[in-house]
Amino acid sequence: MVHWSAEEKQLISSVWGKVNVEECGAEALARLLIVYPWTQRFFSNFGNLSSPTAIIGNPRVRAHGKKVLTSFGEAVKNLDNIKGTFSKLSELHCDKLHVDPENFRLLGDILVIVLASHFGRDFPPACQFAWQKLVGVVAHALARKYH
Amino acid sequence: MLTAEDKKLVQQVWEKIGGRQEEAGAETLERMFAAYPQTKTYFPHFDLHHGSDQIRGHGKKVVAALGTAVKNLDNLSQALSELSNLHAYNLRVDPLLAQCFQVVLAVHLGKDYTPEVHAAFDKFMSAVAAVLSEKYR
Repeated sequence: MVHWSAEEKQLISSVWGKVNVEECGAEALARLLIVYPWTQRFFSNFGNLSSPTAIIGNPRVRAHGKKVLTSFGEAVKNLDNIKGTFSKLSELHCDKLHVDPENFRLLGDILVIVLASHFGRDFPPACQFAWQKLVGVVAHALARKYH
Repeated sequence: MLTAEDKKLVQQVWEKIGGRQEEAGAETLERMFAAYPQTKTYFPHFDLHHGSDQIRGHGKKVVAALGTAVKNLDNLSQALSELSNLHAYNLRVDPLLAQCFQVVLAVHLGKDYTPEVHAAFDKFMSAVAAVLSEKYR
């Protein structure tokens, strides 16, 4: 089980409390598709992904980004049982979606960058530490049921 | 690897951070040591407290090297040749520094760190990492 100090929990929840899940989720997913174009292979039925502008404006990307980050919020609410929280999603990503787990790590890093760009100085090194740890734990949990 | 557009965006970013380069270097290292404690193992001889002269000094070196890379986007291999030796035989190239540098850019540039800029810079940092790893084995 992952250990979270009181400070880490506080840093995570105080940032999460200020996050606009719809905006940040849309932005994080769009950036994933733009910065790591191979990830577009999982979204071939999403319509126009032909340019950064198209991706950013694509309503399906926005909606799915919101869904993904909302799900991520479950980790924030269940820091002491992230493994259990993502057990079913892990199976889904392996068995149905066939996503290389490395991409979870990439999305996590992008989420940290998105938070940094939104919060600027309110995202100091200690905050980054807690969040890099969180995205790492989530990525690990999502990869856990792969076989 | 980098398109003409990528190169333009990277150069623009570099100009935007302008005089804050030194600060960016120090902050990158601080974030790296804070977010990834294993990176501290490469600096047992350093004072790693916030604001330490050694971090400032080393951050300045790192950013100067990246600046050299930005000025030599068409010839990274040659421009970073010396550093490649150092990294091959003494250090370990890992995306952690690149992640922290991008976080610093995001913090300082906010909305100006657009997805397009992010993509171009990510490619640039990958290219730098590839050159620095060139001489491994």
